[in-house]
Amino acid sequence: MKNEDKLIIGGHEFNSRFILGSGKYSMKLIEAAVKDAGAEIITLAVRRANTKEQENILDYIPEGVTLLPNTSGARNAEEAVRIARLARELGCGNFVKVEIMRDTKYLLPDNQETIKATEILANEGFVVMPYMYPDLNAARDMVSAGAATIMPLASPIGSNKGLATKEFIQILIDEIDLPIIVDAGIGRPSQACEAMELGAAAIMANTALATAGDLPMMASAFRQAIEAGRKAYLSGLGRVLTRGASASDPLTGFLRD
Amino acid sequence: MENQFFVDSEHLSPEALKKKHRLETDPSSRKNHMEYLPGMEIIESDVCGQVMSQMNSFDYSVYTARDVRAALDHETCSVEDFKALLSPAAEPFLEEMAQKARMETGKHFGNTVYLFTPLYIANYCENYCVYCGFNCYNHINRMKLSMEQIEHEMKVIADSGMEEILILTGESRGQSNVEYIGEACKLARKYFRMVGLEIYPVNTDEYRYLHECGADYVTVFQETYDTDKYETLHLLGHKRVWPYRFDAQERALRGGMRGVAFSALLGLSDFRKDALASALHVYYLQRKYPHAEMSLSCPRLRPIVNNDKINPLNVGEVQLCQILCAYRIFLPFVGITVSSRESAEFRNGIVKIAATKVSAGVSTGIGDHESKYTGKEDDSVKGDEQFEIDDNRSFDAMYQDMSGEGLQPVLNDYVYV
Repeated sequence: MKNEDKLIIGGHEFNSRFILGSGKYSMKLIEAAVKDAGAEIITLAVRRANTKEQENILDYIPEGVTLLPNTSGARNAEEAVRIARLARELGCGNFVKVEIMRDTKYLLPDNQETIKATEILANEGFVVMPYMYPDLNAARDMVSAGAATIMPLASPIGSNKGLATKEFIQILIDEIDLPIIVDAGIGRPSQACEAMELGAAAIMANTALATAGDLPMMASAFRQAIEAGRKAYLSGLGRVLTRGASASDPLTGFLRD
Repeated sequence: MENQFFVDSEHLSPEALKKKHRLETDPSSRKNHMEYLPGMEIIESDVCGQVMSQMNSFDYSVYTARDVRAALDHETCSVEDFKALLSPAAEPFLEEMAQKARMETGKHFGNTVYLFTPLYIANYCENYCVYCGFNCYNHINRMKLSMEQIEHEMKVIADSGMEEILILTGESRGQSNVEYIGEACKLARKYFRMVGLEIYPVNTDEYRYLHECGADYVTVFQETYDTDKYETLHLLGHKRVWPYRFDAQERALRGGMRGVAFSALLGLSDFRKDALASALHVYYLQRKYPHAEMSLSCPRLRPIVNNDKINPLNVGEVQLCQILCAYRIFLPFVGITVSSRESAEFRNGIVKIAATKVSAGVSTGIGDHESKYTGKEDDSVKGDEQFEIDDNRSFDAMYQDMSGEGLQPVLNDYVYV
């Protein structure tokens, strides 16, 4: 990967386009996963970090890695704001992934509440990364509210079903000027690669790694798939695939000017 | 075969014995168990009707291997599929059910397992529930901890490393009123990250008060959804009122609690029907309150002080495992707790399939954590236990064992907002 191809979120530069989830697996594996994934950003559920646990999750996150605390457990904007502030107090920095769910069965994000929370937190100086259902109108509102990225879901969280919302993610990629980070539902490296070919700026995955037989090896497979997808996108291949091939005899060849 | 629940204590007065025997033998001496008592809030809800009509029409003998096969092949598990998985026809498919359950657990919970411990703060009880060690006719050491004693117990537990606590009382409003429990919750917030309650059912405004005191989870066991059987087991006291108990979780959610837990006590009645009703209670309430966190337990009957013969009858470990797998496949997102009533071997196995939460360092007695945790003998009075536990592993032992099974023990995944 060329060094100049950076992922820029809220003015911060990253070389890696793989954001690693930290829930759902053993902490001892976190270090290995970060290393093999080449990840520079790792998410952290504030409610999991809210612990006096002998094995505090923060102890397992290598230096130089940016923490991305999330607001999981929030059921509305107000709760998300409170959890984000708590993250700041815990020393987790200014990044926050807003996650608001009013449904414990599918864990689908509530876009309306997410827009509200994004605005409040952006005004408080947070780098806000809203997790959302891929809806263009909601995404535009999140941009206006001060979001630093948009994080649409590929399919229901934990489902490993891949790019079920592909068409709508493509619309976000085409229409939104912020990095689009595909989050939730990515079950295999090939799906991560496909999302990157579409033009996604980065991939976030958790369950896909947590449920793999060999977690560090899967982390490295994702890393390679994401890099491959990114290269394909930069090379123009993604555009060719999604827009169709051009005719050999130009349709506009009759024009004389 | 039935359990022989009735035990007479020599400490009871002749009048008390006479009343006890009459309650046991003469149904007309007992209050109508479907009628609310004064002060019990009645809420409008269709959940009970939905659950009961499904349970009453559930004939598990009609399901065949073909139905079970179809249920296992379906991507989402319908109520009909769930019924097939609970039926005797599913027993030969147990290993396959376990495989599927394990996959669902992995998708929703990864390889985490949550640890918690119960804290009984009082064992006074105003009810005569014939299978329970705390029942008002059972001669046991009764005790209610003072706030100082509660704080001491909490310190001992918190020092062990535990971060989630479940506060329990016997069901006596007179001895352990809502304010007393509320004060205990406030103390618990100082020592623990997450506070749950397993107390007698209360009204919505009382749940709201307890939530404001720091509790966010409420467990109420329905014991059995078979109302006729319930009537013969809960002979006296407010617990006898079946519908008020049924609506407890809904009142708790309306009172602002984040999560609620459900269970039947397996072995009291037809366990397949009770398992169906417990899960449907969760299913229909979740549809009505989609934001609520739901969890299920699956306790089996255990011996109690003065009656060591009580047992779960035909609910063996195979049946228990079948129920837990069926729960997981039908409700992949719910928490499943397996208590210390079950053996260490069973718990070690089931956390890899379906269960997501286990207790450790458990005492079902009152005021005895220090002696149990440290071995320190003292002369202070203790309250007797509600039932005998099987798995008596300490917090440290459980933490190590769970890690040894390849799981990540989680002490807290919650923030009070």
